[in-house]
Amino acid sequence: MDSILSILIFFPALAGFLGFVVDKHSAKVYGVAVASIELILSLWLWAKFDLSNAGMQFSEKVDLIPQFGISYNVGVDGISLFIVIMAALITLLGIILLRDDTKKMKNMIVSLLFLEMTMVGVFLTLDAIIFYLFWELSLVPMLYIIGAWGGADRVYAAVKFFLYTFAGSLIMLVGLLSMAYLYHTATGNWSFSILDWYTLELTETQQFWIFLAFFSGFAIKVPMFPFHTWLPWAHGQAPTIGSVILAAVLLKMGTYGFVRFSLPILPDASVAFTPFIMTLSIIMIIYTAMVAFAQKDMKQVIAYSSVSHMGVIMLGVFAMNAEGLGGSIFLMLSHGIVSGALFMLVGVIYERTGTKVMSEFGGLASIMPVYATIFGVMLMASVGLPLTIGFVGEFLVLLGFYHVSTIGTILAGTTIIIGSVYMLVLFKRSFFGPVTNEKNRGLKDLDRRELTALIPLVMIVVWLGVYPKPVLGPIDNSVKLLLTQMEKKAISTETKEAIVISKKEAK
Amino acid sequence: MLEPVNISFEALNLSTLMPMLIAIGGGLIILLIDLVKENLHKSLYVMLTILILLVDLGATTGLTYGATEKGFFDVLLMDGIAVLSQVLILVASILFIPLSLTSKRFHEYSYPEFFALFLFMIAGFQFMVSSDNLILIFVGLETASLSLYTLIALHNRNNSFEAAVKYFTMGALAAGFFTMGSAVLYGISGSLELGQIATAISERMNDSGVMILVLGGAGLLLAAFAFKLSLFPFHTWAPDVYEGASAPLAGYMSVVPKIAAFVVSMRIFEMFIELQVHWVQTMIIVLAVITMTITNLMALVQEDVKRMLAYSSISHAGFVMVAIALATDKANTGVFLYYALFMFTNLGAFTMLWVSRHKDRVHHSRFDHPYEKFAGMIKIMPMGAIVMALFMLSLAGVPPFSVFWGKIYLMSATVDAGYLWLAVVMGLNSAIAAYYYLKLIVYMFLKEPSSDINQKIVYYNVSKPLLTILGFAVIVTVASIFMVNPLIDYINTMIQATNFGI
Repeated sequence: MDSILSILIFFPALAGFLGFVVDKHSAKVYGVAVASIELILSLWLWAKFDLSNAGMQFSEKVDLIPQFGISYNVGVDGISLFIVIMAALITLLGIILLRDDTKKMKNMIVSLLFLEMTMVGVFLTLDAIIFYLFWELSLVPMLYIIGAWGGADRVYAAVKFFLYTFAGSLIMLVGLLSMAYLYHTATGNWSFSILDWYTLELTETQQFWIFLAFFSGFAIKVPMFPFHTWLPWAHGQAPTIGSVILAAVLLKMGTYGFVRFSLPILPDASVAFTPFIMTLSIIMIIYTAMVAFAQKDMKQVIAYSSVSHMGVIMLGVFAMNAEGLGGSIFLMLSHGIVSGALFMLVGVIYERTGTKVMSEFGGLASIMPVYATIFGVMLMASVGLPLTIGFVGEFLVLLGFYHVSTIGTILAGTTIIIGSVYMLVLFKRSFFGPVTNEKNRGLKDLDRRELTALIPLVMIVVWLGVYPKPVLGPIDNSVKLLLTQMEKKAISTETKEAIVISKKEAK
Repeated sequence: MLEPVNISFEALNLSTLMPMLIAIGGGLIILLIDLVKENLHKSLYVMLTILILLVDLGATTGLTYGATEKGFFDVLLMDGIAVLSQVLILVASILFIPLSLTSKRFHEYSYPEFFALFLFMIAGFQFMVSSDNLILIFVGLETASLSLYTLIALHNRNNSFEAAVKYFTMGALAAGFFTMGSAVLYGISGSLELGQIATAISERMNDSGVMILVLGGAGLLLAAFAFKLSLFPFHTWAPDVYEGASAPLAGYMSVVPKIAAFVVSMRIFEMFIELQVHWVQTMIIVLAVITMTITNLMALVQEDVKRMLAYSSISHAGFVMVAIALATDKANTGVFLYYALFMFTNLGAFTMLWVSRHKDRVHHSRFDHPYEKFAGMIKIMPMGAIVMALFMLSLAGVPPFSVFWGKIYLMSATVDAGYLWLAVVMGLNSAIAAYYYLKLIVYMFLKEPSSDINQKIVYYNVSKPLLTILGFAVIVTVASIFMVNPLIDYINTMIQATNFGI
């Protein structure tokens, strides 16, 4: 089956269209079934994936607008493979976790399936305009999910989310169009294929401006400090499923964009911008960690800690060596799993008590032991305890970044400690000690639906924490290829020196 | 004693006149039918009009065209863009006229004169786009405009009269500017034909004082077309006129007169730009930027969807105006691509307004289509809400819907011409515009319907022809990605068969 990637992209969309017909009481089962098929397809892709091949696999290409160089062009490599699987997994578990009495269930399922198409599409496409198409389209279902099922200020949060991202990506679009123009002047052909762009040599000034244009699109999505202000609003107002997908997958589009576009197309500018990105990322890590510490709302704590960890991912991306970049891609996966799970857990307690404020809780561990255990595991993974999934990525990123800046690494490393402080404080206040709120005595522990959604995540956290090799291997291959391309393309010698492909070379 | 004029019949090349003759003849046929038998149903006239327009379309596409294909005492010019814009105008007219087949009876459609005027107007536009003679352009422009004023006024309401009179006065002012501008150019060159004017100006470029005259002429003409294209600061009439006109006519006005005016602007202003009159280029860019920004900001505060769409069409016109300043082949292709795609989306959006139109203002004391009317539409009529949301997303430039392709093509042309800052301004303006389109989506999807609104009220005016047109608009809007390439191909061929600025 050579067209597996197209099937992966368009199957959820087709299912979404057909979903309009499904009866509203059966909608959830329909959603679970479709998302399971999508997950199985993505796992099958992994099974068929050639682990030794670092380049693009399963490529398909159909010319759409040859006059203007736009073609439907998809392919998968070690970098995108696992993000796609993660997106399919999180969507499935998110749908499973939906309560049966969710209002307008059918609309929810249809939106989620369309959202899944855009997410998978963004990670698989190799044409800049089609990438942009999925990128923008992903805003629409999310706007609806936040706006229709969110909290009191949902409309404001949804519109803010949409406009913020939309504005940034329109500037990115100008960057994409300039790239196509530069390619046209250099070769005489129009092309939006990023594989073609990889081969294009650009002067440092051109790279500088295009990097800025790309940056405005990607940085808002990540979200980098100081463009992060939309995210707490979105998380604060979004329903559980919205937050889960937003944190687990949508934010990764930004970091993925940096990996797929900025680094290989603009190697010199990327190296030149490293101090700037590093500064922003470290401010982002420390500042949002402190903000998280000051929050009273459990969901906001997790939202800010999620932003803080995105900063670590950014550091890894701009470490310009195989450990850092590979680690940051692994961290994207683990961040997706862990923050997704944490948002699910907050959702679970919110459904039971109707509040997310930490002071309302206390001693939950004695009332809901299973819940407390799973929460504990995820918390440990989030702060990067060894033998959990969080440790592997963070360790690799810091190791990689050590080559770039010792002080930066120390600062970022310290923050991970601060991170553990606020997470542990959250855990202590809510779960240990005497039961402070009598209302909470009657709370039920996790039921079958919630366990089905959460247990797979716990298993992945432990499995990949202990034995990350099956995932790290393909990532490492593709990352090394990417760095080799970057080094070959770089024009200044400083850039060539900054890019370290493997340790041997560094010595 | 005057010399007898000797022109052979072949040199008249009468076939170039066929498209306009068909439209005029068709209008006369409709008037004749009315003379013979009265009280015929409007559906007859609508179908006749469509048939006449189809014949017209056939005649237009069958024309031999070329950069120097002249006819009828050399005043008609059938070059690529003349044929192309006629095709667009006819297709748009064929799509808009069935909107008169509403389930409720509206005053204007019971008069056959409405349809005759409609056809005369199209003939006017056809004359306007297929000539390089300033007099004929003027005659075409006035024929079309006078018919259009009357069509608006026929919508028998107080604010329609107001709209028609406002449009008429403003149009008269624009006509004044146009004639004065032409007179100045005639004074410089002794000719009214654009090609000869260009030659004369380029010869006399260095004479003292000529530059001032050129600037005067270009300025007056620019003002005239700024009126017609509703560019800042001559845009103030547009929202009132759109509001007063019926929804189909308002939608029509946002497309067809604009296409015609853009074609003439291309002929006139790209000539000046080609002649290295940089002032014209700067002025157009300034006008375009101010137009899109100011009207975008104005659209943000509107309470009525139709007024919002009016401001949005002005802003789209500003966006396209950039292409005139660039004056490259790609930019010219972009203009037609943009309007070909924008046409379907706007057709759909205005049809949705028309479907929900009441005879009386039931929702608001002043507006026909306040945002509140659409509140919670997803609960009342989910399909309607989704369709309207599609059109809004398309207008906002969200891919893969139709307007997006026009947008990136124009932005790409801007980038190619080296105006990166301008492309960024265009991008940011699209982001501002997204807000007011989203506002309607938010009302439709995220607000609760007000208690007294139900499906009957929103679907008040619906009929099968309207739904057909709507379905057509939806298909083109959604599947436009597959139509862009053939469109670019076709438009490119036509642009190649045109001489700009000579």
